[in-house]
Amino acid sequence: MGGATSRRAFLTGVISPRSVALAAVGGLAWTYALDLPGARGAAPCRPPGALAEGDFLATCLRCGRCVQACPFGTLDLATPADDVVTGTPWFEPRDVPCFMCEDVPCAAACPSGALDGDVAIGDSRMGLAVLTDRENCLAYLGLRCEACYRACPVIGDAITLEYEVNEQTGRHARFLPEVHASACTGCGMCEHACVMEQPAIRVLPPGLARGSLGDHYRFEGFSRTITGRESLTPPLDGDIDRVLEAMDDLSGIEDP
Amino acid sequence: MTQSRRDFVKTAVAASVASSLGFPAAKDALASVDGDGVRWDKSVCRFCGVGCGVMIGTRDDKLVAVKGDPEAPVNRGLNCVKGYFNAKIMYGEDRLTKPLLRKKGGKFHKQGRFEPVSWDEAFDVMAAQFRKAYKKGGPAALGLFGSGQYTIDEGYAAAKLWKAGLRSNNIDPNARHCMASAVAAFIQTFGIDEPSGNYDDIEFTDTVVTWGANMAECHPILWSRVTDRKLTHDKMTVVNLSTYTNRCSDLADHELIFKPQTDLAILCAIAKYMLDHGGVDQEFVDEHCIFATGVTDIGYGLEADHPRERGQKSRGKAGAHWSITFDDYEKMLEPYTLEYASELSGVPVEKLEILAKLYADRDRKIVSFWTMGFNQHTRGTWVNELMYAVHLLGGRYSKPGDTAFSLTGQPSACGTAREVGVFAHRLPADMVVKAKPHRDKSEKLWNLPTNTLNPKVGTHAVKMMRELRDGKIKFYWAMVTNPFQDFANMHEWVKAAREGDNFIVVSDCYPTVSAKVADLVLPAAMIYEKWGAYGNAERRTQHWRQQVPAPGEATGDLWHLLEFAKRIKIKEVWKEQPLPGLEMDGFEDGKLPDVLDEAKALGYDPNQSLYDALFATETLTSYAWPDPIANGHRNDIAEHFGWFVQKGLWEEYRQFGIGNGHDLADFDTYHGVRGLRWPVVGGRETHWRFAEGYDPYVKPGEGFNFYGKALKAIPQGGPGGEKKKHPGKAKIFFRPYAEPAEIPDEEWDLWLCTGRVLEHWHSGSMTKRVAELNRAVPYALIYMHPSDADKRGLKRNDLAVVESRRGSVQARVETTGRNRPPRGLIFVPWFDENVLINKLTLDATCPISKETDYKKCAVKVRKA
Repeated sequence: MGGATSRRAFLTGVISPRSVALAAVGGLAWTYALDLPGARGAAPCRPPGALAEGDFLATCLRCGRCVQACPFGTLDLATPADDVVTGTPWFEPRDVPCFMCEDVPCAAACPSGALDGDVAIGDSRMGLAVLTDRENCLAYLGLRCEACYRACPVIGDAITLEYEVNEQTGRHARFLPEVHASACTGCGMCEHACVMEQPAIRVLPPGLARGSLGDHYRFEGFSRTITGRESLTPPLDGDIDRVLEAMDDLSGIEDP
Repeated sequence: MTQSRRDFVKTAVAASVASSLGFPAAKDALASVDGDGVRWDKSVCRFCGVGCGVMIGTRDDKLVAVKGDPEAPVNRGLNCVKGYFNAKIMYGEDRLTKPLLRKKGGKFHKQGRFEPVSWDEAFDVMAAQFRKAYKKGGPAALGLFGSGQYTIDEGYAAAKLWKAGLRSNNIDPNARHCMASAVAAFIQTFGIDEPSGNYDDIEFTDTVVTWGANMAECHPILWSRVTDRKLTHDKMTVVNLSTYTNRCSDLADHELIFKPQTDLAILCAIAKYMLDHGGVDQEFVDEHCIFATGVTDIGYGLEADHPRERGQKSRGKAGAHWSITFDDYEKMLEPYTLEYASELSGVPVEKLEILAKLYADRDRKIVSFWTMGFNQHTRGTWVNELMYAVHLLGGRYSKPGDTAFSLTGQPSACGTAREVGVFAHRLPADMVVKAKPHRDKSEKLWNLPTNTLNPKVGTHAVKMMRELRDGKIKFYWAMVTNPFQDFANMHEWVKAAREGDNFIVVSDCYPTVSAKVADLVLPAAMIYEKWGAYGNAERRTQHWRQQVPAPGEATGDLWHLLEFAKRIKIKEVWKEQPLPGLEMDGFEDGKLPDVLDEAKALGYDPNQSLYDALFATETLTSYAWPDPIANGHRNDIAEHFGWFVQKGLWEEYRQFGIGNGHDLADFDTYHGVRGLRWPVVGGRETHWRFAEGYDPYVKPGEGFNFYGKALKAIPQGGPGGEKKKHPGKAKIFFRPYAEPAEIPDEEWDLWLCTGRVLEHWHSGSMTKRVAELNRAVPYALIYMHPSDADKRGLKRNDLAVVESRRGSVQARVETTGRNRPPRGLIFVPWFDENVLINKLTLDATCPISKETDYKKCAVKVRKA
């Protein structure tokens, strides 16, 4: 538990004696009282540059050097309680996501080649973020959340916002997070940041997350990005009369 | 979520249809009980100046849920992610529930440790410390730092206690840091405070230009209205001007990243372009405007011995201005070509021209929004005025879809700080302490002896800190705000508070930085634990009822003020008081007169407390509690004092504004509607002020009337010119470019800009206690350009030291992410009490508005 506390302490701010003192004086609830999602079983998030799962398991020495090299305490060696092959490095993004170090110290420390020491962090694919529950995603419900989008280190590429008219209110827009596999590394910052009790966005193994197209139909020449910017009939455009009408309808208010 | 999304859609649509048709909301929708025993009642969001309506769900005296209010015109059932967590902000583990006093050996001791004390002991010590300070220094030895997050009744009670009771004008709100520049420009330009337009302008416009406003994060629900307009109106163009790329750029058609402070030059260049390219609405300008300019050697609001202040001859009279001719105006703009603006700002000429063309296009409606980028600016008043100049030249003001709009940051910066006048120079309804007719009117409404009110402008917020350090202010009380985290150059003020010969009281709900710095902490009730009202950025006043009791012994700030008032007798404060520096007709130099004789004649007893004299008056206590408007809701303050305090104060307060353009409706009305935009006259709210057909103060045939009364008589042609009145006119100001107060050099080689993130509110005292928000954004980052990081041997995530001439902090580097500064500038948000960025910022202010520039100082960054 001591280890877990210090790992999490990284997320609460810069660790200094002062900050510890502040937390102690204030008695703040600096640790997270939130439920963690269940273990990912056979499909854990692996460090950046990992070989495909089967090859990874065959190659990894379980030496723990990557875990030691991680400056953020993201990685752990699986214990028998973890539902991950014991001794292998993995991480749980809802707990501590990958911070996407530019020099990828974990992969560089790997002596076996289970992690590709030359991997560029932007090219790594630890998994793929998927908006698994749109029905409960606050952004889809029209709220201005998008915490996942703003937490994304590859913001604007890995997660973009699609703007859509909010038909419920007639005068607001919905800001819909959209993940793009072409840029998502699976670092899990989005899953970590999701403000729901159970995250609506999760990092999944790419094999599980992605569909695949048959080669009998081609999308060349057709943009797959939904812009959502087509113009609709403006509900209030220039309609001063309606405003004035509404002003008159406040007649229930007493004369002051 | 028990309600399915489909149901939600249905109710929301039905509600919005009902409200657009003008059906008054059914009473039972305002307060109702669900099948699961949750009682729902309307209220407002605790956070920003947008003023979204929320429904508060309570059960067994606990706030169990919140939902966006579908009937609220601002947000129609939506919220941002902070609003989503309104239900959790009051339930942090470390809520303050008992008064805390620093003690040693059983007695108050400045170097002692905090111990819980009774309310009686807290107020006894507080009153004794007040007396010690007051006896020595009189009204000038006091300082009350209030808030744009005060409820309106709290702000009103604070202003009345301080100004009428203690006769001190040393009361200023944190709104000084937020929109004082907007106020100064409103008063100088229009003679009356606050925007003419409203949020509906978004749905009527063709263009939104954001100037130093990260609306996408800081006004989230309004930004979603801008986005909707962009999606549904072909002609709609969005332009984002900023000193770094923020999230507004994601929607914007054009992004202009300019060098700090050069917004002044860009606006001058736009004005010139409009003149040169037929962009002027000549009829509007001729009939409704005059041209003006003012002194320029006004300094930077720094302390007198700062090198930047040398030779600045107009320090102390920075507001002086005079009328000029159109020819003068044109000549003054002459140097501001697009090329010159481009040279200063670093924005390519072509991009500036795109923007200038929009403003010069007579067939285009434009809304210009700004926030702290303009207001927190050493030329904040000027840059606001230049914005109005551009709008007035184009005839784009007070018309649906055409407005220049200062977005407030705080939920009641308008409603409380500005409208009530919780400022060192103000009285309610735009009146000022130095004007005798205004004091006379206030003394009459407050039933005060003549000359009880202090005519000398008090000490503004920044100066209060300086005077605390200099030992002039000895009794300092902060309420609903966190000054010792918020002020620029903060460590100096923390030191002054902890080590000086003074007494610091902080009314707070959590152990903030300021609470930790205090000598006495008064535990405060939070928003839904009291009755109250806020006024949002579009002049919309919204009231709510108390929903739940406060925890432990915590009580509302109103309770703090009134209980303190019980400890002070009028004979202590209404006798003669020293007031160094007072020189005013009708007053002896350096003194406030003894008014006790007249007080006696008015029926006061010198041994009466200020509570009895100012608050528990016959009129106010006639507002009885219980009252049917409560509809089963509690009112702990009314129970305690035995009368309906909030209603009484409201009804007294609104007398100030009736008939002079600040009319508010009666208390009960607001409990039946989703807010009303003032002036509320004849039962109708006002959508667009100054415009015929909308504003009841504009007569038929006038078209427009800028009827604000302040500063309408100004010299002609120059500072010594003969004064002339310009009733009904707005002023088109020329203001030149001026350098910032501190500019990066070889050693201090980066600009520092501070600001906010969507997930956290201000200093994080509430949002950092919501575990989910804290996890979403756990700490402040240093946003910097990758090449600037690289030059310093820094990578993303590296711990770095940011240092200015005033202090340093450590934080992690982010080279990607939500904010993308250009080379030479870093951005650090200020919510994080572990990254106290205001140790670094410079306490330079706009010399007219006295608002601090938190956006520009010189720093360096190195690896930790």
